[in-house]
Amino acid sequence: MTLPLPFGPAGLDPAEVWSVSDLNQAARGLLEQNMPPVWVRGEVTSFKSYASGHWYFTLQDGTAQVRCVMWRTWVQRAKSKPEEGAEVHVFGTPGLWEEKGEFRFTATALLRSDQLGQQQQQLEATRAALTRDGLLDPARKRPLPRYASTLAVVTSLEGAALHDIITVARSRWPAVRILVIGARVQGADAVPELVRALRTVNRLDADVCIVGRGGGAREDLSAFNDEKVCRALAAVTIPTISAVGHESDISLCDLVADVRAATPSNAAELAVADQREVRAAVDGLALRLAGGLSRRTRLLSERLARTADRLEAGMEGAVRLQRHRLERIGAQLDALSPLRVLDRGFAVPMTLDGRVLRRRGEFTPGLRYRLRVRDGDVPSRVEEGR
Amino acid sequence: MTDTPSLADEVRALEEIVRRLEQEDVDLDAALKLFEEGIARLRRARETLAGAEQTVQSVLADASGTLRSTRVDL
Repeated sequence: MTLPLPFGPAGLDPAEVWSVSDLNQAARGLLEQNMPPVWVRGEVTSFKSYASGHWYFTLQDGTAQVRCVMWRTWVQRAKSKPEEGAEVHVFGTPGLWEEKGEFRFTATALLRSDQLGQQQQQLEATRAALTRDGLLDPARKRPLPRYASTLAVVTSLEGAALHDIITVARSRWPAVRILVIGARVQGADAVPELVRALRTVNRLDADVCIVGRGGGAREDLSAFNDEKVCRALAAVTIPTISAVGHESDISLCDLVADVRAATPSNAAELAVADQREVRAAVDGLALRLAGGLSRRTRLLSERLARTADRLEAGMEGAVRLQRHRLERIGAQLDALSPLRVLDRGFAVPMTLDGRVLRRRGEFTPGLRYRLRVRDGDVPSRVEEGR
Repeated sequence: MTDTPSLADEVRALEEIVRRLEQEDVDLDAALKLFEEGIARLRRARETLAGAEQTVQSVLADASGTLRSTRVDL
């Protein structure tokens, strides 16, 4: 007896059939897009180091295991080969090896768990020493220059960090001068090279120093937790910005530097002013400068106008006073005028040639004279035979 | 040192000039002098702002401690 298939080959659309490659590729994509890099703890077994430099091994705990690969680039950065059965911490990304359809963990860092404990202890000891010497004291922090024109950058000449810093700094301020002091940021040479590079910074004429690297596994940041590097950073005479790893990683250098940037790009943003903003600020000052002067001249012209008003008012007052006095004198003069007396009905006898006749004896009989009254002269004569 | 560090000085001085012109009772002569100084500083600040793109230099201290710099091409 044969069972009927839900869909027979006859009803199948060939376009809907996946190849094995399609399947594995899709599964790999799902894994890689949805699983972030993680630390995994386990026991190493089936370890193989190939001539190509790659390591292959299995990580296991009591109930599960996973195949791991560590490519040569990362192997070179690992401190030592793990022994069979050793417990290790491995940092990496889960994925799928398509050719074999095998779930696989691609490691980028490997640390023996006992060393991890040592590293942690070392880190705490260094932090304590730096704290004791006041190098982590927030009061030490210097402000960054407002408009840095020369930037000293201590980082690897090969890393993405340098590229990011240069790109961001130039986009903000094209005329910024960038001096790169190359130093390896991981591996055995990292500490002496970083120390030397940081010392070189003090011989340069720069305004601000960025020290950093892009993100990596925690082990790769170890140079930035080194006491010698931290002390060299603290001894840099210009303000410093650390940009070590991604935002979630904090190194001791981050604590020693004047400012901690989240990423190398962020460090460049903090170090270099945005030219457009500065231009706008300068334009604003230009407007205020012109406004300030016109305000000053306006105040002066207003004051001048007020003074003129007061002067005029003063002059008017003086003239009025004089006029008043004049009027008074006029009135006095008027009162004294003989004509006023005539108004009141008096008359003045005068000789024909205008001399006032004051005494009786002057009126000789028959004398012709003028009698001056208010509105004119009256011809008169002294009677005869008086 | 290049010209740009003075940009911070120029802008700081400009801010002080503007503050005095806006707030202080300076006489006209002094105000004109401040204004002229401000204009000169503005011009220099704008020249600095218009500076040309600089090259990136890689600096190395050799065995004798001498600094050498080479141009970095990106």
